[in-house]
Amino acid sequence: MQILREIHVQRGYCAVVKMLSTTLCGVKLRNPTILASGILGISKDSAQRIIKGGAGAITLKSLCHEERKGHPGPNMVVIDSGMLNAVGLPGQGMDNAIADFERLDDLAAPIIGSIFGYTIEDFGIVAKKMASLSPAMIEIDISCPHMSYSKPFYADAESIQKITRLVKKNAGGIPVSAKLSPNVHNIAELALVAEKAGADAITAINTASGMKIDLETRTPLLGNKTGGLSGPALKPIAVRCVYEVYEAVKIPIVGTGGVTTGEDAIEMIMAGATAVGVGTACYYHGPDVFSRICDEMKAWMKKNKVKSLDEIRGSAHGK
Amino acid sequence: MGSNCSLKTELPVIYEVSRVVQEAKDVHSIFLKGKLDCKPGQFIMVWLPGVEEKPMAVSEVRKDEFAFCYHSVGPFTQACDALQKGDKVGIRGPYGNSFSLDKKTVVVAGGIGISSVSTAIDGLSSPVVIHGARDKDHLVYTKRYKSMILTTDDGSAGRKGYVTGALAEVLEKNKDIEQVITCGPEMMIVNVLHVCQKYGVECEASLERYMKCGYGICGNCLVDDKILCIDGPIFNSRILKKMKELGKFARLKTGRKVSLKEYYSWRG
Repeated sequence: MQILREIHVQRGYCAVVKMLSTTLCGVKLRNPTILASGILGISKDSAQRIIKGGAGAITLKSLCHEERKGHPGPNMVVIDSGMLNAVGLPGQGMDNAIADFERLDDLAAPIIGSIFGYTIEDFGIVAKKMASLSPAMIEIDISCPHMSYSKPFYADAESIQKITRLVKKNAGGIPVSAKLSPNVHNIAELALVAEKAGADAITAINTASGMKIDLETRTPLLGNKTGGLSGPALKPIAVRCVYEVYEAVKIPIVGTGGVTTGEDAIEMIMAGATAVGVGTACYYHGPDVFSRICDEMKAWMKKNKVKSLDEIRGSAHGK
Repeated sequence: MGSNCSLKTELPVIYEVSRVVQEAKDVHSIFLKGKLDCKPGQFIMVWLPGVEEKPMAVSEVRKDEFAFCYHSVGPFTQACDALQKGDKVGIRGPYGNSFSLDKKTVVVAGGIGISSVSTAIDGLSSPVVIHGARDKDHLVYTKRYKSMILTTDDGSAGRKGYVTGALAEVLEKNKDIEQVITCGPEMMIVNVLHVCQKYGVECEASLERYMKCGYGICGNCLVDDKILCIDGPIFNSRILKKMKELGKFARLKTGRKVSLKEYYSWRG
């Protein structure tokens, strides 16, 4: 056992920690922290770096059917309670990614391929290509708040149904998660639509739409003017969304939004999350934030005599 | 445990342009009024309100002003050309690590790359400076640093040839040199690194990649698994030698990895 641990440490694994082990849609995770899409995950090397930092799984930056440059800068701005970004989904495009990645099942942790398209059909095409790389899961980015393509989709039940159904059909048995937006009237209803259309999981939530204006120049700071709010400011909204989605669906939830500490992750799990997305925390604490969050989770569990996350999952409900 | 006490704000601070100085053909320094606490080799994110935000090396730090220096090549630098005294510019940073100034040093700078090592030149005690460019028009700071060893590819100024030839001569004659600090086109950096290895001298190089955020988030500036904006932009010989992508690949604005040749033909 000691030797095995040393090998794992050498390879960049955390020591085997059973108390945090999690299964998401049949995919085994050494811990429930998952790198959220849009942070660093543009190459295998960067994914490997985050795995070394302790992440249980990696979600790649979203890819679509074509190569994209993204929005003009500034692309990101850190405000007092979080971050606003309008990077604009730059990416090498799915075809280049196939040549670049070759496959996605040969890294030390499960890789989740995130996809988007401009039309419902595009989602289907990209899903099929992504599936050819054998990711552990496919996440449908149906919810970016500052892209013209996603606005007609993310609050529309019929679009969510059609996209989820098509992606599921083209995913060749790979589990599919629908990433939903908080910028909607009733996220639980839309989660139920995705579940009925065949989604294996719900990722809740994407960023909230926001803006920052510089007083001295009287100019919106982001090049795109509006952007997505992430980080601690988003967390209460994310916890509420996860709580509501948990009441509506039976499929697992990847609770994402503002998780920066172990206690944040515990809170998300109490709201009903199976796994926990972590993104902006990489800015506050660097790529090793995953190990830090896991250590903090373990410390909380030991202190509160909790042996596994199943004991507390959804425990905030029915109170 | 688990506190969020390290939350911070990182917004651009607005500075006024105090003066604009022409350094060479199509090369200008924009001086901004105010103090900047900056280590040698660090960079800033420069925001032209309503235009764009780009990373720029801090090229000069004085008591009550600081500068960035650029070669006009694209839409952003052309917008910089329109800046005049009194205009407002947003600055984030400084960001990145810094050069070591505690050793007997030779500085090797190619073209506009000199603006990334000039704060190191200012901080070192009597360094040897080798500055090369393709021709006379592309040499920068010839008035600021009068005792530089100059090289041009075409021989229109200084000695004809590359900086690496001059560097080998300096290292041959001066056995007490401990390190080389360098910035310039990446193939030049690779060749400088080779010369350093041959003479058993340490090397610190400031690298360049297309950078979007400066926060360590977007991933566009990755070299292997190194995030240039937070792990760099300066790397030492030990890390440079291990880099698989150094001198070979870089990423376009879309994040697509291409050959260095294609990258430079896009960057201009």
